[in-house]
Amino acid sequence: MNWTAIKAIYIFEMARFFRTFLQSLISPVISTSLYFVVFGAAIGSRIDQVDGVSYGAFIVPGLVMLTVMTQSISNASFGIYFPKFIGTIYELLSAPISFLEIVLGYVGAAATKAMFIGVIILMTSFFFVDIQIAHPIAMVLFLVLTCISFSLFGFIIGIWAKNFEQLQLVPLLIVTPLVFLGGSFYSISMLPPVWQTISMFNPVVYLISGFRWAFFGLEDVPVATSLLAIGFFTALCLGAVYWIFKTGWRIRT
Amino acid sequence: MANILEIKDLRKSYDGGFEALKGVNLEIEEGEIIALLGPNGAGKTTLISMICGITSSTSGDVKVAGNCIRDDFRAARSLIGLVPQEVALEPFEKVINTVRFSRGLFGKSRDEAAIEHILRRLSLWEKRNNAVKELSGGMKRRVLIAKALAHEPRVLFLDEPTAGVDVELRKDMWDIVADLKADGVTIILTTHYIEEAEAIADRVGIIAKGELLLVEEKAKLMARMGKKELEVQLTEPLDTIPKSLAKYELSQTHDKTSVVYTYDTRGERTGITQLLNDIAAAGLSFRDVSTRQSSLEDIFVTLVQEDAA
Repeated sequence: MNWTAIKAIYIFEMARFFRTFLQSLISPVISTSLYFVVFGAAIGSRIDQVDGVSYGAFIVPGLVMLTVMTQSISNASFGIYFPKFIGTIYELLSAPISFLEIVLGYVGAAATKAMFIGVIILMTSFFFVDIQIAHPIAMVLFLVLTCISFSLFGFIIGIWAKNFEQLQLVPLLIVTPLVFLGGSFYSISMLPPVWQTISMFNPVVYLISGFRWAFFGLEDVPVATSLLAIGFFTALCLGAVYWIFKTGWRIRT
Repeated sequence: MANILEIKDLRKSYDGGFEALKGVNLEIEEGEIIALLGPNGAGKTTLISMICGITSSTSGDVKVAGNCIRDDFRAARSLIGLVPQEVALEPFEKVINTVRFSRGLFGKSRDEAAIEHILRRLSLWEKRNNAVKELSGGMKRRVLIAKALAHEPRVLFLDEPTAGVDVELRKDMWDIVADLKADGVTIILTTHYIEEAEAIADRVGIIAKGELLLVEEKAKLMARMGKKELEVQLTEPLDTIPKSLAKYELSQTHDKTSVVYTYDTRGERTGITQLLNDIAAAGLSFRDVSTRQSSLEDIFVTLVQEDAA
């Protein structure tokens, strides 16, 4: 394993993040604050507690997940798409590194950035609501796994995308709706039975449920199922990345 | 000198059936400069891309210092540096960081002295903290070279290094190449500037339509393929060439003050003495003679035309 190369990619990618540190940070912090104002204060004041948790606090895990998932995807997809777009990918392909090392460097950096922003969002939420974390280790575990799996997913999108429109397509048309319909702002049990059944096909439900359990001990689905779901999603992405590695799909002509 | 690069029957064909490379064989000795000449679309960049791992080959083998580029790709690639044809650089990053990145990517530990040496050599040291996008086109090309040299490769590929650069910078590039050769770096460059190959290469390879038509030492190639022209300047303009000189197939200059005789340098007898005697016998007097060697460009055009025929 060429650890020096992985480190080089990781540092180079993180440098991009720190170069635009304020933009990287301000945008998610402002949008999260807006969610708290709109959902937490304005609408939330008219909503009763959800399973004993105030609505403002209830939406925190969902908001963190929403940010972490979209950030993971956008960081990782952009991270690998940009070298393809500007042509610097030649250097990655001609270096004595395997595709696994490229993935570790890019996905590692994307996941770190998303994790960083996720933690900032969590800290922001402390200003708006009183929150206790029931299972902090599980919380960190869910956060890390989500960052890694969605960064892997983003990496695949970045490899697949042939232009900037395609880069935005999957996050906008698939991920955002799944996250919004995945119980970020409500409990699945609040839905009519038919929609509850349909929701079970949404993988994001399992992630948000598990993450929310780590905060409040509340779960839409058993926490073990949540862990299995995120494990399955990670394995799926790893499989896709391995296939890309073997075939050189959309990288090597 | 041992071969640093061995290419055996390297082929590349695409799904549509187009053959970009049709079985290239080439051996390159350590420390030499070889120029691959060819028109656009000849397969020069494809060949380089396959050796460097950017494009996969359909069949054939490539070894770099005995390391197969597929089975021992780490060892093979760590010996290679590539300067691509297009200026592809991270625009917002500092010059020094992009060079550090390249070194790390090739598995070399951080060495600030080595980076400084490379940047100074390429006159980039003063610009090290500038963002790449702030540099001129020529400077950006230097950054590409610095990146390719960051891991101290033994083989350097320069894919059309002077395409679209001004004359001054082109000469600078040639100086840089000469410096690298002095350090023992093997250089393979593609170009369609014959002047470039003529100025800096030890050997010249000519590629057309995916085939390596020939590879030969530049001097030998020019001697073998080169025609020489002898221009005889007459004291007075000549309206028609006398019949006694017809066998020499002389041509005349535009102002008819000179006759030009083309001869083959490989011939045992060039016929020059006889020609000069016959010119005198025809009652013509001359005041000067000069010879001109045909350039690599003439040779190249002849070869590519022969191939097309």
